[in-house]
Amino acid sequence: MKNLPKSVELLSGIDHKPPKQKGWMDTPVEIRKGMYCYASNPKSVEYLSLPNARPWNPLEDDWKLPENWQQILHDGFKERLERFRSFKIFMDICVRCGACADKCHFFIGTGDPKNMPVLRAELLRSVYRNDFTTAGKILGRLAGGRKMTLDVLKEWWYYLFQCSECRRCSVFCPYGIDTAEITIMGRELLNLLGLNIDWIATPVANCYRTGNHLGIQPHAFKDMLEFFVDDIEEITGIRVEPNFNKKGADILFVTPSGDVFADPGTYNCMGYLILFHFLKEKYGLDVTWSTYASEGGNFGFFTSHETMKRLNSKMYMEAKRLGVKWIIGGECGHMWRVIHQYMDTMNGPADFLEEPVSPITGTRFENAKSTKMIHLVEFTADLIKHGKLDLDPSRNDNLKVTFHDSCNPARGMGLLDEPRYIINNVCNHFYEMPPNTIREQTFCCGSGSGLNAGEDMELRMSGGLPRANAVRHVHEKYGVNMLANICAIDRAAFPDLMKYWVPEVGVTGVHEMVANALILPGEKERTTDLRGEPLPGMEDEADE
Amino acid sequence: MKIEDFLGSRKKDIIEKWFNRVIETYSDDTAHFLKTQKDPFANPVGSNILSGLNALFDGLVSGGDEKEIEAFLDRIIRIRAIQTIFSPSQATAFIFDLKKVIRDIYKNELNKSDALMELLLFETRIDSLGLAAFDVFVKCREQIYEIKANQERSKIFRAFERAGLVTEIQEE
Repeated sequence: MKNLPKSVELLSGIDHKPPKQKGWMDTPVEIRKGMYCYASNPKSVEYLSLPNARPWNPLEDDWKLPENWQQILHDGFKERLERFRSFKIFMDICVRCGACADKCHFFIGTGDPKNMPVLRAELLRSVYRNDFTTAGKILGRLAGGRKMTLDVLKEWWYYLFQCSECRRCSVFCPYGIDTAEITIMGRELLNLLGLNIDWIATPVANCYRTGNHLGIQPHAFKDMLEFFVDDIEEITGIRVEPNFNKKGADILFVTPSGDVFADPGTYNCMGYLILFHFLKEKYGLDVTWSTYASEGGNFGFFTSHETMKRLNSKMYMEAKRLGVKWIIGGECGHMWRVIHQYMDTMNGPADFLEEPVSPITGTRFENAKSTKMIHLVEFTADLIKHGKLDLDPSRNDNLKVTFHDSCNPARGMGLLDEPRYIINNVCNHFYEMPPNTIREQTFCCGSGSGLNAGEDMELRMSGGLPRANAVRHVHEKYGVNMLANICAIDRAAFPDLMKYWVPEVGVTGVHEMVANALILPGEKERTTDLRGEPLPGMEDEADE
Repeated sequence: MKIEDFLGSRKKDIIEKWFNRVIETYSDDTAHFLKTQKDPFANPVGSNILSGLNALFDGLVSGGDEKEIEAFLDRIIRIRAIQTIFSPSQATAFIFDLKKVIRDIYKNELNKSDALMELLLFETRIDSLGLAAFDVFVKCREQIYEIKANQERSKIFRAFERAGLVTEIQEE
């Protein structure tokens, strides 16, 4: 027995740890399956007249870059530093304090240190120092600079498409550096070399051609909404009559096409139709849809400033063509960062429109004085506040709801209380997630900024982990079974995220719940909700 | 003292060492964050691993229910199954790290007559846990592929539907 310790020592020599990484500059990029999206289809890049369209594959060594690609990047970088003062400042002022480091959902979920916002930005800054600062030009690596090589370029591409531009990190930056803007610039530079992902490039080309990301043509768009009209009639007994391209209507309504196309957004779309019908019947409000400005979202935003501007311009053009007074936008996320922060200077001023005033309540939406476009939840919250909607919240009694603040409406425009106000008026069971996961500190769905593809599912599941973890908490503590949001990408991405992390929780838009609670004049007794599921207490009737 | 009682009395020490070994599978910067950030919502990975290890250890020592143990394994492996920095074996190897931790702590007990036998018996439980971890890992990966496949399927279905190639059976 005395030789026992020896055998224990022998046995204990196993090690299962992966090898430790070296410093970040010396750790070469490894493009891993599940973490990236497919390369852009050259036809889509060509359609937009963007440069260097060609087939290429991120996993291959040769990315088929133009010969002078380093010069193109250098010149592009220089031009943007001169054009965008914020970009120049963000390149210069970071002191690497690390306040942002652990705030990124992609870092938290993937555990990859290059997803710390400071390091992601450092990918660009190191090249900036090398190319544009005196210290960097002389001292090179000692001053934190490094040359733009093919490996560095691949690293840029890999990590700039692992940022959803959600801006959570910027909330914690003592200097107010907006890392999303760094990603935006980085992606713009990559686009100079034709290095977009297809989940962005093809929707952008579709949108440029037919007015929406999915490429739905006008007649098909109308057909799809008319399907919903039939469904609504079956459920409520009321046939709603949406206007299409109606000249002289009061209001133009623009929503992300995801609402028209994919569940559960489609139920939210039925919600819009029902609300507008109610407002027409009761107050004579005349709202029109457009089959041309048929997309609220703007994946051009994830490509370049110019592309964003081109796609956005149709909203004002269509409002002008139809002669409406002002515009309401549907429940969407990044759409609102574009409208709130860029549209006015990009495609405005929209002098031909009126300052938005609710004809029903008289409320003046001064926040949209210049853009002339308000978010539907602002409009609906105001209607409820003035007692203008007839609501039966008990029709949502089967739901225990929590609310996910979509990054862009929350952090990009401060839309925090309106959706909560609506939810609290249309359903009886509402529970907040922990304070450091909501409002300005909300965690991204993990699929924003064009990353909600299928091939990058591991990235989406890890990026969405902090959000899902908070949902699981309220599910376990309060029995929450519904995750509400005001963003079409959320509605597209969350069902998958919930399936993996908290399968007991469903996903809904806010206006789906509004429409379930809204009592239409002359409606029949409803037995099901908009999904065809029995209403609480109607389980027997709904079966018949 | 039976090995279970001995290990139970050293639980705090064992969990700390085990947790550290799991966390050290991440790069230094990440490991530092996972270890120091105590808020479970700011650090879901660290907190789920820690609570998972605690529960797994209790289950091993008390011979817990199989279903329950699987649920605790799931908490940790569900995360590591989508962290592509790990190969499948690296993602699940943390189970066997417990052997190393226990051997270090139990070393001095080994000159007692039944100690080795008890250790070996206990280690077979850890081995079974390793096999269960394999099941859970595969389940998680299958789910990811299922989500991917369903997404593709519904994309194709919707394209067919839009092209007017799908007709539903009408109600009579």
